[in-house]
Amino acid sequence: MSSAQIEIQIIASLVAIACAIPGTFLVLRKMAMISDAISHSILPGIVVGFFITHDLNSPVLILLAALTGIITVVLVEYIQKTGLVKEDTAIGLVFPALFSIGVILIAKNANDVHLDVDAVLLGELAFAPFDRLVIGGTDIGPKSLWIIGCILLVTITLLFAFFKELKVSTFDKGLAASLGFSPVILHYGLMSVSSVTTVGAFDAVGAILVVALMIAPAATAYLLTTDLKKMLGLAIGFGVFSAILGYWVAHWLDASIAGSITTVLGLLFLMVYLFAPSKGIIAVLYREKQQRIEVSLLTFLLHLKNHNEEEERHVNHLNEHINWQKVRSKSVLELAQKNNMISITENIVSLTEKGNEFTSKAIDYIITNEDTQIEDMKDDFFLFRG
Amino acid sequence: MKDKIAVKVDDLTVAYNYKPVLWDIDLEIPEGVLMAIVGPNGAGKSTLIKSILGILDPIAGSISIYDKPYEKQRALVAYVPQKGSVDWDFPTTALDVVMMGTYGSLGWIKRPGQKQKKAALEALEKVGMLPFKGRQISQLSGGQQQRIFLARALVQNASIYFMDEPFQGVDATTEIAIINILKELRKAGKTVIVVHHDLQTVPEYFDWVTFLNVKKIATGPVKDIFNDDNLTKTYGINYKVSVQE
Repeated sequence: MSSAQIEIQIIASLVAIACAIPGTFLVLRKMAMISDAISHSILPGIVVGFFITHDLNSPVLILLAALTGIITVVLVEYIQKTGLVKEDTAIGLVFPALFSIGVILIAKNANDVHLDVDAVLLGELAFAPFDRLVIGGTDIGPKSLWIIGCILLVTITLLFAFFKELKVSTFDKGLAASLGFSPVILHYGLMSVSSVTTVGAFDAVGAILVVALMIAPAATAYLLTTDLKKMLGLAIGFGVFSAILGYWVAHWLDASIAGSITTVLGLLFLMVYLFAPSKGIIAVLYREKQQRIEVSLLTFLLHLKNHNEEEERHVNHLNEHINWQKVRSKSVLELAQKNNMISITENIVSLTEKGNEFTSKAIDYIITNEDTQIEDMKDDFFLFRG
Repeated sequence: MKDKIAVKVDDLTVAYNYKPVLWDIDLEIPEGVLMAIVGPNGAGKSTLIKSILGILDPIAGSISIYDKPYEKQRALVAYVPQKGSVDWDFPTTALDVVMMGTYGSLGWIKRPGQKQKKAALEALEKVGMLPFKGRQISQLSGGQQQRIFLARALVQNASIYFMDEPFQGVDATTEIAIINILKELRKAGKTVIVVHHDLQTVPEYFDWVTFLNVKKIATGPVKDIFNDDNLTKTYGINYKVSVQE
């Protein structure tokens, strides 16, 4: 591996981490689309900043562009507050307007400089190692590495300092306000970090990939955990994994690095979406199937409980009874036997003591919806997990 | 007998988009009462609580908690929002939600430690939710979620408790468990203010009541003012709820 290759992977990984942290909170606040809006509407900020500084990596440019991001959020909220349009409409109104101002500014004034819409939207990670930071004649690494490194440092410091405040205001705005943690300050704090990160990363990975790196790892992590800290950790892990794997995919395919990273992110989400242990599609389908069988089982047990007559409890009669429910009688009988709920002698099915007790409790639960009695049944049966 | 005023509201007017939802409310809530706020939908019950707690900005009027503005008295006040106001799919556990009640006393940046955890566990115990402390909150029933919210308020160890429809969507067992805890709080000298919907249970649960419908209709002891006259004034139709003897 050449040093340029290592540098590209480090930059991509740092961008991934810097994006995953605000991204996790954006996903939980159901504000994923805001990151899309910010990523586009920073364009006029970048252009104006470039006219002033003539340097795409200048901190002044980053702050100016980030300011445009904040203006986007303010405008979206202002339009939304009028009550005339919904939030998604407001987003759709604001960012194309700001973005198009940027496009016109570039077309009119920046024809002969290195700044075009493609560069802003897609970035080019492969060129990042060429633009180096030289201090006092010494080369200390690529500029974008230093920029994103500084942004990441600030983000991590803020996360550690305000984790509790971000958590409570994300989960329960009203409580946060009543406890004195102003949701407005926290909201704009998060928006500022998101904007600065987006601007800091656009040169390396482009504005579009920034959105992918903010949302996809967090959305993937959300499917796998029920703990906010783990969600943050997983999101960071997925981001870095996709960044590095994406780099090598691009290397093998000789394709865009940003595009490859985004593709890996998408595939990773797809895999987790399908195979996640409890929220994944396959797990959900399996659970639904089990629940259908369990409902049939309960119907079956209740039938046994209500009927002492032998003809009602004959296997053949029950077969019909259960087939009528369109679930294979076999799986129901097996489930009942596995749990020692029934005994079969000479093709006559009887409830065991355990089966009898189970049926009473289950019916009681279904009628009263009080689940204190059935806590111990939740582990074995999906039906009682609410 | 009750002379200290816990909450005082003066000339409070609150508007959404220039339409007043609360109009010129004057209200004095004495210390140590268990008070219901009743009124029809859209009467501004939740708005009143949120304005007292500084969550909404009134367009006129002032609020004081023990003679001082709310901002200076946060430590004395606990709040239970409506259960539906939060996303229960949020990745966190029952214990963690209760711990959030301790954040106010910690202030900015400082993190909760063992002391806060112990307080949260005690509060969970009080509402009978200790066995569920590690459970993800979406895996709790509606009643259990409400108990978690109550525990979160208890852990604040406040003097005044505001609760927005704590009985909404809970079963009878939970309702009784909650009201018993509220009565205990009153016994301990705390002031409890509850937005309440079920008029039948007002005389049984509460000793103080405020009738609200954009304007304040009446406020005072249940035995004196909970009558058909005030109910009719508040709900606009001829109401007949006989007060239990």
